[in-house]
Amino acid sequence: MRTIYANEIIDTLKEMCIEANLQLSADMVDRIHGAAETEDSELGAKILSQLCDNMEIAKREQIPICQDTGMAIVFVRLGQDVHVEGNLTEAINEGVRQGYTEGYLRKSVVKDPLLRENTKDNTPAIIHYDIVPGDRLELLIAPKGFGSENMSKLYMLKPADGVEGVKDAVIRTVKEAGPNACPPMVVGVGLGGDFEKSAILAKTALTRNTNEHSALPHIAALEEELLDELNQLGIGPGGLGGRTTVLAVNIETYPTHIAGLPVAVNICCHVNRHVKRVL
Amino acid sequence: MERQIEAPISKEQVKELRAGDYVYITGTIYTARDAAHKRMYEAMQKGEEIPLDLKDNIIYYLGPTPAREGQVIGSAGPTTSSRMDKYAPLLMQRGLSGMIGKGKRSPEVLSAIRENTCVYLAAVGGAGALLSKCIQEAEVIAYEDLGTEAIRRLRVENLPAIVIADCEGGNLYETAVADYLNAHNNE
Ligand code: SF4
Repeated sequence: MRTIYANEIIDTLKEMCIEANLQLSADMVDRIHGAAETEDSELGAKILSQLCDNMEIAKREQIPICQDTGMAIVFVRLGQDVHVEGNLTEAINEGVRQGYTEGYLRKSVVKDPLLRENTKDNTPAIIHYDIVPGDRLELLIAPKGFGSENMSKLYMLKPADGVEGVKDAVIRTVKEAGPNACPPMVVGVGLGGDFEKSAILAKTALTRNTNEHSALPHIAALEEELLDELNQLGIGPGGLGGRTTVLAVNIETYPTHIAGLPVAVNICCHVNRHVKRVL
Repeated sequence: MERQIEAPISKEQVKELRAGDYVYITGTIYTARDAAHKRMYEAMQKGEEIPLDLKDNIIYYLGPTPAREGQVIGSAGPTTSSRMDKYAPLLMQRGLSGMIGKGKRSPEVLSAIRENTCVYLAAVGGAGALLSKCIQEAEVIAYEDLGTEAIRRLRVENLPAIVIADCEGGNLYETAVADYLNAHNNE
């Protein structure tokens, strides 16, 4: 048994919240810069170059990349040989609380979906726990903005709909999202499992490095194909026309039932934030 | 075309704006998003005063991050406008001249824009750090309890935005994608 103390978790998560909101991962930065160079719409190229400047200013002056600093989504992979001294869930929420208050991040969480009173510290986080072999604790935070979250969709397709049905669902969702989701977007797709598993897979897909394809050859091919087709829609940066509609398509899969083909499409904007640390 | 506009904005100037214009806004504008809209709307329906004279003014759909020491405001980009669609027509009837946000509007909002000679502009979504540099002053003037959703008065200088919907019925979101595809498929 290895012991990890709650305080260590709090401090780590606090730093992760702040870092995630000030700086994108290298693969995302490269993709946005790359798109700015290849965009052939004049206005689209101008918008993409503003996004590059925006990232620069955010980093230099410690101003969040986007004012929607999101709801804190935390993926936890807890090694089964780890003993947490203290309350793990409370430690995660305390880390988020400290990160969002001390890091000058926006508090965007309401306590009740109907009564809508702000909790004023951006808690609670949405936490996904996974128990894995080993004696380490992996934390991944993905602050998620809701302009793009609101444009996400879940479809319960029939097995007979097949790969064409899946492509249709993804393309329809991106089209509908259009300018609302702050394109260029990153598209996370969860394929298989059941109703909620597909949605969690889609969110997990967004946290994967955009330079890595699925390990399954037919899924990697589908990612490529979808990226290509989505970038022919012409939606473009800001939804004002252009070739850069989508920066990446990441798909995660899971076995499913003989009667089902769940497809979850989690839309993220270009501010696709995620930071991972291992304790 | 590129234009400089002053805020508050006269109806005369609103009439000149066309979908697709790239504008730089200088002057005084106000922020309000979901909760502030709901509160203003309910007050107006009850015949109560609202804390802001709408005449000729522009509302920026914005909930900023908190300012650090020495900063005027934190990150300050637009939020999705469609959530304000329910409230916007009444505000336009009461004199509001412009809205800055991002994303599509409802048919009701688009017809209120025509009927009341207003303009809908988009700022670049996800460029909040960059846009914050155009804000010279920020002051909460009402609904302070709403935190980031409070109404703020902003003094802006050369805030960049694109005219999406003009008072003649022009709508850039309806035409831009098709125009791009046409231009690039004929090459
Ligand atoms: S969709 Fe993304 S870029 Fe747009 S406002 Fe929300 S978090 Fe920011």
